[in-house]
Amino acid sequence: MKSKFVWLACTVGLVLASATAIAQQKSETQPAAARARLITQPQYVNTLRAIFGPNVKYPSALAPMNRVGGLVEIGASAAVVTGGALDRFDNGARSIAKDVFDPSHREYLMPCRPASEMKPDDACARKFFAQVGRLLFRRALTEKELKAYTDIAHASAVSLGDFYSGMSATLSGMLVAPEFIYVAPATEVVRGHSQLTANAKAVRLSMLLWNSYPDSELLTAAENGSLNTDKGLVKQVDRLLASPRLADGVRNFFADMLIFESFETLAKDAKIYPSFTTQVTNDSKEQTLRTIVSHLVDENLDYRDIFTTRKTFLTNDLAAVYGVAINDPDRWVPYEFPANSRRGGLLTQISFLALYSHPGRSSPTRRGRAIREIFLCQKVPDPPPNVDFSAIENPDPTIKTARARLTAHSANPVCAGCHKITDPIGLALESFDGAGSYRADENGAVIDTSGKLNDASFVDATGLEKALHDNPSTPSCLVQRMTSYALGRQVGADDASLLSDVNSKFAASGYRVKDLLRVIAMDKTFYAAPLIDNKPTVEKADAGTSKVGSKS
Amino acid sequence: MNGLSRRRVLRGVLNGGAVTVGLPLLNYYLNGNGTAFADGTPLPVRFGTWSWGLGMSPAAFVPKKTGKDFEFPEEIEALAPLRDKINLLTNITAFRDNSQLMCHFTGWAISRTGNAPNSRNLSSETYDIKIANQISRSRRFKTLTANAAADARVSFSYEDPNTPNPAEYSPVLFYSRLFGPEFPNPNAKEFKPSPRAMSRKSVLSAVMQEMDAVNKRVGAEDRARLDQYFTGLRHLEHQFDQQLTKPEPIAACNPPAAPKDSDMKLGNESPLVIQRHKMMTDLLAMAVACDQTRVINMAYCAMLSNTIKPGYEKPHHTTTHEEPIDEKLGYQPNCSWFTRRCMEGFASYVQAFANIKEGDGTLLDNMLIVADTDHGVARLHSLDGMPVFTAGRAGGKVKTGLHIDMKGTTIARVGYTALRTMGVDVQKFGDRSNTTSDLISDILV
Repeated sequence: MKSKFVWLACTVGLVLASATAIAQQKSETQPAAARARLITQPQYVNTLRAIFGPNVKYPSALAPMNRVGGLVEIGASAAVVTGGALDRFDNGARSIAKDVFDPSHREYLMPCRPASEMKPDDACARKFFAQVGRLLFRRALTEKELKAYTDIAHASAVSLGDFYSGMSATLSGMLVAPEFIYVAPATEVVRGHSQLTANAKAVRLSMLLWNSYPDSELLTAAENGSLNTDKGLVKQVDRLLASPRLADGVRNFFADMLIFESFETLAKDAKIYPSFTTQVTNDSKEQTLRTIVSHLVDENLDYRDIFTTRKTFLTNDLAAVYGVAINDPDRWVPYEFPANSRRGGLLTQISFLALYSHPGRSSPTRRGRAIREIFLCQKVPDPPPNVDFSAIENPDPTIKTARARLTAHSANPVCAGCHKITDPIGLALESFDGAGSYRADENGAVIDTSGKLNDASFVDATGLEKALHDNPSTPSCLVQRMTSYALGRQVGADDASLLSDVNSKFAASGYRVKDLLRVIAMDKTFYAAPLIDNKPTVEKADAGTSKVGSKS
Repeated sequence: MNGLSRRRVLRGVLNGGAVTVGLPLLNYYLNGNGTAFADGTPLPVRFGTWSWGLGMSPAAFVPKKTGKDFEFPEEIEALAPLRDKINLLTNITAFRDNSQLMCHFTGWAISRTGNAPNSRNLSSETYDIKIANQISRSRRFKTLTANAAADARVSFSYEDPNTPNPAEYSPVLFYSRLFGPEFPNPNAKEFKPSPRAMSRKSVLSAVMQEMDAVNKRVGAEDRARLDQYFTGLRHLEHQFDQQLTKPEPIAACNPPAAPKDSDMKLGNESPLVIQRHKMMTDLLAMAVACDQTRVINMAYCAMLSNTIKPGYEKPHHTTTHEEPIDEKLGYQPNCSWFTRRCMEGFASYVQAFANIKEGDGTLLDNMLIVADTDHGVARLHSLDGMPVFTAGRAGGKVKTGLHIDMKGTTIARVGYTALRTMGVDVQKFGDRSNTTSDLISDILV
């Protein structure tokens, strides 16, 4: 009975999570509420770097957020700032504010110079807060706010005897302001449709494409109303897609989808994998992200080819683990594995192989599960408790390979349900050990890497990559993830018509991710949101056709 | 073990037993018995948690005798010198009812909230937060959370169903947060209110005024999240107030010197975990001694523990699944090796508080520490037969030195007893089969 239940749990999990299944259900419903999103670590850094430049030091560790529906970006829509998390924001704010007004940076970061560095200068302070505050809060500051910050900087400059210290104290407070930390989109009703206000649209757009708050030009387009016109929207979407900052957005999306925060804690047993150094760990992550950005952004190629492309980038340290030679030992260089190489696309890169392994050995189950969950959007249930593993653990030393060990799991009906959906694909990667290095055998025994992904048979890792490339769930899973990422919530049955539409346009584009982003960015659904009506404070000028949910 | 043998660690713990740091609270602040402040206010009782992953091996862990004279089987041998400072509760159940099975999550989630979750979110905040809201709001930090696992996500203290308190794991950063330039040293000879704190307080008041504008455009769920943020900002404001007020001297507060600039290596090899655990524990203990917080959380490892025994191919978790039982011993020897390192960690944690003198006794006497795990039997990942330790006498409210057979009752009884002992006025704790109003009266005075 129990075994049937587990098997059923696995099967149901797979079906329910299938994007294709969701897309086939049609329904028309009200748009889902746009939840307040907490700024993520990469958004925080991308945004502040765009304002204050690359020379200021940005904190590397804000509080981590829970992953929901496969993405941290969705978790940001539910995350709260705990006491511990606020301490980190506060520490970051103080350190950044100090650095911005450091003598080495303030010369070029300040739009003006104070009449005296030892005294307040309201005009100069005001100029700075107006300029920076608009970018931090994604709207022009109100006169009241501007005056409050200028007054505080004034009083602080007097008490601290230094203009810049007063500015720094004030800026550090702005960097923990709710308006900066949270993106709570304002909504309005225009011609009977509730949607995001133009400023909130600008934020959603730049978070999707740049993973950052909007720049000044995008805010201007929102403020002067052009973003609310089709022409104005096209102009901004084109500009954002053409910008080098698109790489930040695409990089962050894939780092999120691939669960790359796990690299922060990835550790291998140094006695078993001495070559898997910290440098190799960091480089392997970077290798995959560089490959993705180059393939999808610079070259604008088919998404599915990231599973088969032999083109990548290597450093000297990585090249040693891959067992190849590169020309330049000091920097990243483009590299193409030969046509007969055992390495093809993303699954045979060290990052994937090492991340989904144990510290001291490979794990077909982890790898298989990761393929199902990350790239096919299928949910593989957790193993059940109270399983007596002694029944399947055979201390017989003649068992040499993972395949033989896992065959024991298949003999146990409680385990078989899930292992049969993870292991056959994970075993295809057994030619690579827990650190991602190639191995010809396991404990002297030949490794059998053959298997099947649904109906597609393969004999080795590159065959598995080809099967994943050809699987129809591969692109539809990306659509599901990207749409969820864009909206900051899990898409479901209510989004069926949107998903179906985006899926067909993505296919028509030849699975180009830039086109996918454009399709989402141009879709009205992307900006639809129910009006949140907490006593509206401002009526729009053309009252009668619209009302505003809040003033900002 | 790279020279850090079990015996050596044990010896360290034993030697530590004789060491006391700090001085008694200054007499003029205490009453004649040294149990309360001169004005009659009792010494504060503090609360702490400690957690380890993957339960234990019953044959090597669970004493055969219950009550006072229980023996310490090999897996918990490290705790024998602390017999009169701890209690061991065994045979406890985390009732899952019909909720989804989530190994390494369901068990601790029930322990800390009383409810079996149905997703990777909890049903509520964890009970340490309920306690912190009661006893620690006035402190510089409402709670402090740390681990030896070098992963900020390894935290079992949740302020709401979705959000763990991020755990500290870097000794250098943790030191700087606790005892850096903003530390209001209670024993400093001179006190000068910081003009910078004054500035920061006023700017904080200004940004808090924006809360209304943000609240106007969010739904009820988001308003609750923003409220929590607002509470956090209020607490930050409170920290500035503390920087502007001269603190009362605390004799037991004796912060260590700053650790070296270069931080500890990351990684989960056992010797590193042991070293990191000791450094983080010492900082936590001193933070409590300096009354910077009254609620702390420490995790030795993740529940899905990936601690590495150098040279052995399987980390802790994999070992529980794959290592055969040694017929002679009656348990999995390497699996037990990992649990023993955990128990040595717990012994050193308890000892760190026992080493700090406070009044007539030690800081530990004025604490209640609860140590829990995610499963009962490591090999089976069971949710019954679970063990829990308590340590400290909670200012005289708790008896110690006992092994109690909990007879399969719910783990929520531990949370309920802790809540009540720490003065949180709740009539019950837990949900469905874990609902309880049953105190563990055997350990209460």
